[in-house]
Amino acid sequence: MREITYVEALREALREEMLRDERVFLLGEDIGPYGGAFTVTKGLIEEFGPERVRDTPISESAIVGAAVGAAITGMRPVAEIMFGDLTALAMDQICNQAAKIHYMFGGQASCPMVLRTPFGGGVNIAEHHSQSLEAWFVHVPGLKVVAPSTPYDAKGLLKSSIRDDNPVIFCEHKQLYRVKGPVPEEEYLVPIGSGEVKRVGEDVTVIATMWMVHKALKAADMLAEEGIKVEVLDPRTLNPLDKKLIVESVMKTNRAVVVSEDVKTCGITAEISAVIVEEAFDYLDAPVVRIANPDAPIPFSPPLENYVIPSEERIVDAVRKIVRGEV
Amino acid sequence: MGGLVGMDVEAGRVEEIPRDKLLQLYRSMVLIRRFEDKAYELFSQNLIPGTLHLYAGQEAVAAGVCGALRSDDYVESTHRGHGHCIAKGADVKRMMAELMGKRDGYCKGKGGSMHIADFNVGILGAEGIVGAGLPIAVGAALSCKLRGLDRVVACFFGDGAANNGTFGESLNMAAIWKLPVVFVCENNLYAMSVPYFKAFAVENIADRADGYGLPGVVVDGMDVLKVYQAAEMAVKRARRGEGPTLIECKTYRWRGHSRLKSHESKLYSPEEYDQWRKRDPLEVFKAKGLLSPGDISAIEKEVETLIGEAVEYALNSPYPKPEEAVEEIYV
Repeated sequence: MREITYVEALREALREEMLRDERVFLLGEDIGPYGGAFTVTKGLIEEFGPERVRDTPISESAIVGAAVGAAITGMRPVAEIMFGDLTALAMDQICNQAAKIHYMFGGQASCPMVLRTPFGGGVNIAEHHSQSLEAWFVHVPGLKVVAPSTPYDAKGLLKSSIRDDNPVIFCEHKQLYRVKGPVPEEEYLVPIGSGEVKRVGEDVTVIATMWMVHKALKAADMLAEEGIKVEVLDPRTLNPLDKKLIVESVMKTNRAVVVSEDVKTCGITAEISAVIVEEAFDYLDAPVVRIANPDAPIPFSPPLENYVIPSEERIVDAVRKIVRGEV
Repeated sequence: MGGLVGMDVEAGRVEEIPRDKLLQLYRSMVLIRRFEDKAYELFSQNLIPGTLHLYAGQEAVAAGVCGALRSDDYVESTHRGHGHCIAKGADVKRMMAELMGKRDGYCKGKGGSMHIADFNVGILGAEGIVGAGLPIAVGAALSCKLRGLDRVVACFFGDGAANNGTFGESLNMAAIWKLPVVFVCENNLYAMSVPYFKAFAVENIADRADGYGLPGVVVDGMDVLKVYQAAEMAVKRARRGEGPTLIECKTYRWRGHSRLKSHESKLYSPEEYDQWRKRDPLEVFKAKGLLSPGDISAIEKEVETLIGEAVEYALNSPYPKPEEAVEEIYV
């Protein structure tokens, strides 16, 4: 199978859905001739024109609000917010409007829109361009939250998100844009709400999201040399969460390590751990271990940033301890 | 008051307004007034939970603007939104049921007074967050443009919203893309309790339009014909693809922010209050002598019947089942 990057996979998904459905259009900052800050929309304005690939002013509330208004009147907008941190500027439109319109108006309207935005650190761009804020959106009923880790999942999930009749927060990751992986030429979808076991193992389940999936897979390689068989599970969607897959895996391995790049308190690892404790407690041979960022902003200087973002070494260390019964 | 900025047309000429339109404008105002009076009464009897932001005093704005719209045009409404919905053609029975939290209400009891919507008549919903509706109106107008429809969006908001960031973002975006939006600012002189002079350094909110490159118009919001004529010009301009207009309607809320509590009434001078009360938009219209006493009493009689039926309908509607609270979160 051919291999393409995460960025190319996203671009293919946008292009295919725009060809398939004329209601789909894009809006955001610098997404036109510039091609988007991370080149996801490169070339699309040439193919689809400025009406369907709309460069906007730096007005995040109006970008998301315009997507909401267009969605509730029959369009299927895909808005890009250049950095996940900037969603803070549009939170009212995301959380009070998009998320609630279907419910609040008694089911009269739907809001079929996608908000694409990159999260994550590791590129030394400091506090305002590095956060992982996925949990903010998971906390709001009415939103779906998607977080793919591979080019295959990115393409299949973006296509599903565009076709979904609910508002979808589509979380991308700056570290993953250049990652290559197999993506078939023919059409396919990845369903929202379905996780995937990325590596089969028996001794411990490492549940990881986005960039952390790749770190968990590297950690699993290292641990395999010591005879520890790690199962790596990627939920792929954070809301709705594939609880069944997580619980089944933990029932098999009896140990769970949860890894995410957001802060620990009330974060993604907190929710997944709670699900395991609520639904698979009797199967656990050890307490659930969480690996997340400390409750700190993301700093600039490489040694500082490397300290807060979970590393392969932290995952390896945690797995060794849980397997040896040291936690 | 009543001056025009950026528009070369004189408002207030009445000879061109057909009789049907005059009847419609007055009927809208009366229906709003009676609905609000009745809602206040029912609230006082504990039949409406929560709170109410009543539209009484501002009827000329909703009636005049919606009178200039087609049935397939859209409106975006606010927390003080009953008037907009009634003027755009919402069913007062389902509105009253929603105010009471009943199952036959527009939102099945999930939205209440601040969130009436009727997508079948183009009411895109009332917003509880001040300023939130402006970007949504921009998006609805963009959708009209992209779908090749000549529909127009009227976006209502108050003076308070004009100091929110969404105001600038939305006027600018609508102006650069020449979108068919009519921004209707109902300047009722108070943002909850803060008076206009404390929150603005400009005489008119409409003066701000110039900075975004769209026409700004100031109209007497107590005169339905002036509002109607200004709205009609703005709607035509929008429909022709010439872009948005900001209309500022100077008006007054008779019952304060929400139901005029006693501590709140001390905020307004009796002179100010009396002066605005004397300019009752229904009386201002009647004084023009454009409709016969027979026309007026026929409308008032019809409205009494409609309000009576609405109350009956709402009282007889069941409450939603408690477990419906967790239904319809997703499509």
